Amino acid sequence: MPETTFLDSTEMVLNMGPQHPSTHGVLRVILKLDGERVRGTECVIGYLHRGVEKIAENRTYQMFAPYVDRMDYIAAVSNGLGYCLAVEKLLNVEAPPRAQVARVILTELNRIASHLFWLGTHALDIGAITPLFYTLREREEILKIFEDYCGARLTTHSFRIGGMLYEIHEGLERQVKAFCDMFISKVDEYEELLTHNRIWVERLKGVGILNADSCKQYGVTGPVLRAAGVKWDLRRAQPYSGYEKYEFDIPTAQNADTYDRYTVRMQEMRQSVRILRQAVEGIPEGPIMAKVSKAIKPPVGEAYVSIEAPKGELGYFIVSDGSTQPYRIRVRPPSLINLQALDRMVRGALIADVVAIIGTIDIVLGEVDR
Amino acid sequence: MSKFLRTIFLVDLLQGLWVTFRNQHPKHIYTEQYPAERPRVAERYRGAPRLNINPDNGETLCISCNLCALACPEYLIVVTSERNEQTRRKDLTTFTYDTSRCMFCGLCEDACPVDALELTQDFELATYTRDGLIWDRQMLEEGPKPTRYKF
Repeated sequence: MPETTFLDSTEMVLNMGPQHPSTHGVLRVILKLDGERVRGTECVIGYLHRGVEKIAENRTYQMFAPYVDRMDYIAAVSNGLGYCLAVEKLLNVEAPPRAQVARVILTELNRIASHLFWLGTHALDIGAITPLFYTLREREEILKIFEDYCGARLTTHSFRIGGMLYEIHEGLERQVKAFCDMFISKVDEYEELLTHNRIWVERLKGVGILNADSCKQYGVTGPVLRAAGVKWDLRRAQPYSGYEKYEFDIPTAQNADTYDRYTVRMQEMRQSVRILRQAVEGIPEGPIMAKVSKAIKPPVGEAYVSIEAPKGELGYFIVSDGSTQPYRIRVRPPSLINLQALDRMVRGALIADVVAIIGTIDIVLGEVDR
Repeated sequence: MSKFLRTIFLVDLLQGLWVTFRNQHPKHIYTEQYPAERPRVAERYRGAPRLNINPDNGETLCISCNLCALACPEYLIVVTSERNEQTRRKDLTTFTYDTSRCMFCGLCEDACPVDALELTQDFELATYTRDGLIWDRQMLEEGPKPTRYKF
């Protein structure tokens, strides 16, 4: 007679993805389960690998700029800003003040667009369908501004090395002001839908806790780190593109759970509106493009520039060998590094929480795999 | 006590439902009835490429300088030309543009010194074959001809 007569309680391995709608793309998570409890995870990435860093090695500096938009395609403008700043640092040029302000306007709009898309899909994962329609409706307004400015909605290619190619279109200030006036009441609307909704609160409170020490160990940045109570924002810590001129708060929270990351991002959208209002008030006159030669040949050297992308610290490390093509470009994508903390966050949680936790990290697989 | 009452009367859920209800008004409809209703496309929209011709004599504006082909990150433009001994200029013979690989970044139109190559506001580029996505000079000059449906 066998010793164990009850049901076998060995570990069960379950594949989640790569076609699972809640993994936000083509992420495959191998879950080791004990009943409903998750005992461990393993992420399989690379389904969207396009070798962007290798592509850079045989493109000129200008030619590579459209490719960076395709990494984090939800926040393409931020990617473009990081890349342009890195090359500008190599070249030792600075964008003119007018371009800097315009860059701030577009990146902050993009931050709102990224957070809106995150909120909609995250809520959809949890089971609230309504916010997705409302957030995409507001995101559409931002995309219209992008389209009017540079002619593309998603992969904008709006910044060039040394400034911006297109002159600010007539009516940008009016559009941004109208958006700011409209948007705050819309954020209130989302909060009305979600913040006190008991299903939302029950699903998110105390789920996926990642405290400040673990965040630092994993190198996690962005809203995930700020939700753990660390007041770290590169726009404040190492200002770029004139961010030191704007007044804004860095929203933080204390509990480091999924609900806090939600509140932090909601606050960030409000702060972005605050920055936008200040930025459109004072767009200086002058050129929008610095004097950069047509064939960009940076001197031999290397440069690292990191910016605060909507998802965290986005860094570009460029090595130049003095030719028109970069010798090596290394991207520090926030999504990939934040995703590494997934295992720590889901251990001991339920399967249903895995979906909530993947959503809360706010990953874009285009950026994880590159 | 108030928390208890809020729980009993489902205040939080009703609040959310009220937001949904407020958005039921027909003026909140955001769906575009494409293709019956054409979308608004921005002036600077980067869509289908076009090779401009001189409206007076129908000759191409392209001077076969090959700068667009050099600027393209995907190397998808091929320009061939032959030297005209009379005018001592290059005459354009063929111009192919592979829209299947194009990412509409706009670097080719930036590079064009004579505004011959331009990304237009046409966005309906779908065809039934892969070959149909490779545009020759004639197609680039005429632009895409999408089917117009009647409603």
